[in-house]
Amino acid sequence: MMRTRMPGISRRSTLALMGAGAMTFAAPWVARAQAKTIKIGMPTILSGRVAQLGTSSRNAVMLEVEKVNAAGGLAGRQIEMVIRDSKGQPQEAARVARELVNTDGCELMIDAEASSGAFAVHEVARDLGVFCIHTNSETSALTADPKQHIPNAFRTARQGVHDSIVGGSYAAAIAKAKGLKKWATCSPDYAYGRDTTAEFTLYLKRFAPDVEIISESWPKLFQPDYTEVVTKILQAKPQALYSCLWGGDLTSYIDQANIYAMFGQMEVFAVNMADYTALTVVKNLPKGIHSGNRYIKTFPTTPENAAWGDAYKAKYNEYPTNWSWENATAIMLMAEAAKKANSADGKKIAEALKGLTIKCPFGADGTVTMRGDDHTLVGYAIGWGTTIPQEPYVPEVKAGDWKTIFELEAEWKKSKGYA
Amino acid sequence: MDLDALAGCLSSSACLVTQTTSGLIIGMLLFLVAVGLTLIFGVLKVVNFSHGAFYMFGAYFAMTAYQLTGSFALAMLAGAAGTAILGLIFERVFMSRVYGADVLMQLLVCYAFVLIFDDVVRVIWGPEFKAMGMPSAFQVMPLFIAGGVVPPYYLLLIGVALVVAIVLGIGLSRSRIGKVIRAAAHNPGMVSALGINTGLIYGGVFALGGMLAGLAGALAAPVRSLTPGMGFSVLIESFIVTVIGGMGSILGALIGALLLGLIRSFGSLGFPLFTEGLMYLFMVIVLVSKPTGLFGKEVA
Repeated sequence: MMRTRMPGISRRSTLALMGAGAMTFAAPWVARAQAKTIKIGMPTILSGRVAQLGTSSRNAVMLEVEKVNAAGGLAGRQIEMVIRDSKGQPQEAARVARELVNTDGCELMIDAEASSGAFAVHEVARDLGVFCIHTNSETSALTADPKQHIPNAFRTARQGVHDSIVGGSYAAAIAKAKGLKKWATCSPDYAYGRDTTAEFTLYLKRFAPDVEIISESWPKLFQPDYTEVVTKILQAKPQALYSCLWGGDLTSYIDQANIYAMFGQMEVFAVNMADYTALTVVKNLPKGIHSGNRYIKTFPTTPENAAWGDAYKAKYNEYPTNWSWENATAIMLMAEAAKKANSADGKKIAEALKGLTIKCPFGADGTVTMRGDDHTLVGYAIGWGTTIPQEPYVPEVKAGDWKTIFELEAEWKKSKGYA
Repeated sequence: MDLDALAGCLSSSACLVTQTTSGLIIGMLLFLVAVGLTLIFGVLKVVNFSHGAFYMFGAYFAMTAYQLTGSFALAMLAGAAGTAILGLIFERVFMSRVYGADVLMQLLVCYAFVLIFDDVVRVIWGPEFKAMGMPSAFQVMPLFIAGGVVPPYYLLLIGVALVVAIVLGIGLSRSRIGKVIRAAAHNPGMVSALGINTGLIYGGVFALGGMLAGLAGALAAPVRSLTPGMGFSVLIESFIVTVIGGMGSILGALIGALLLGLIRSFGSLGFPLFTEGLMYLFMVIVLVSKPTGLFGKEVA
């Protein structure tokens, strides 16, 4: 049998042609994509007990990245976020961070880890020299300690010592007005709980010298039952109680203390109460708990802040958290710095970011500043108020005074040997 | 150490009443979980490492039922009945396959289900913590007994656990079913040969154990936050209870749980930094002096 070759184009050559065509069309697209998009790596906690906070970090970042991309991107390059779960383990956070840069080709980094992971990612940033913003670690030493300082790392989270100064002076004013001299503390038994409580009492006693701590309790982190702690505090009969319990631990504690009618017997200062994750979960929120602001859409009382909180809620069907605003601020600052530097290069962004002040819904006066000498955020909204059981939960927040914060922070740095 | 505080408390009736009841509350909830564990071990000879999950499911079932119906009684019922059914299914479909296998295999199956159940909760109820809230009937001022503070809800809790302890104790030693269960624990082959369905007994005991843990979870739901993985710490303490009281002994579980509760409540006064340590120290002392536990039977 003879094969007749059909005239025209054979199947093989058609395929070859199609392939070549695809190449010619695709190649420039790939090249253009490489020039256009910039990958930002983000290790955060997306599983385990703190997952809710990690998810709220991701949500806030995505909300802001969409805006930046719609406005043309980072110095003309569209942002592509690469977000990975660290499960809240420091060694995993460090591994993920390294992989994001080395394997995934991320040029910039948002480190949305809690303190333990943040210090690990910080070492990776030191090693690789990648531009990095820590968004969630509130541990003061991360930026205050000169040994930690590197030119490519910044922090947009609130800082523990700022909180303690504002909390201490707020609590001292109430202690003096109401004659609260006997205080008890009840905080989780790990670095954050210990440090924050020590700093708070330091400033409380400084502003109200006759305050005395008569009872201390250190329940374990994630302890299911606090009954023995509650009754111990009742025995000590303090006039006021300070606690930096947070999340589910705080809501358990409140439910268990409630049935002992504890909140009627003393003034309670719980710095982490005024966060939507806790406020919306507690069913019988006692009236009049003093709390620091975490994220609340009514403070600062500006239309910008309220609009941001509502936009977040509309998109994700829940309220933002403390971690949300800290992450959103990081993207806002990066976008402004890139605009100023007219470049998406990490080194240039870092240079432009130093001392940069931007308009921001979370600023105490409508702006926040990335302080140049220690690369940490200042000027953000910070204050204390008392709770009510329904929205807006904390109707009035007394704003902290940044002038006092700066003075005492400088003094604190000296005492620590940081300055 | 703060022995003055402890001595001061022991000499004041107000403090004594408050701390004792606080110890009883912690102990009684622990008892409900631990007694299920010990019962399942006694009859099925399986260490149910996934027992904490039933405590967790009990709490979540109760919360959901309470949100749907607003009835506290129905919430407790949902917690107990839901976990009983879950326990029966779990035993019949999975655990019954590994009775003959070695301990490691049983542990692996249980541990797998610890992870699976946690994820199931995460999928159904979400990863964030929840709270059920105290029913309004119990949102009342605490009682003051001899100067000590006792919340009414905790009286109910202690009462329910006590009733369970008594019913279990009498039921197992006196009733016909109790006798069959004990016989099955002793010699399942013989019981089976007498025409009794041992599979049914095993399933029933597992369901009962799961139900007790679920009841504990339901009772704890109004005062403890609900999260995936909440069963784990309770499970660890239940193991300490069973080690102290003796594996397989109901009285042992009761005494062990109450001792642990009292150690916590008085220990937090006298040894605030060593309360957890005290529990383990006590366990070590029991293990050294009586390795089978306070009420455990010597193994021949």
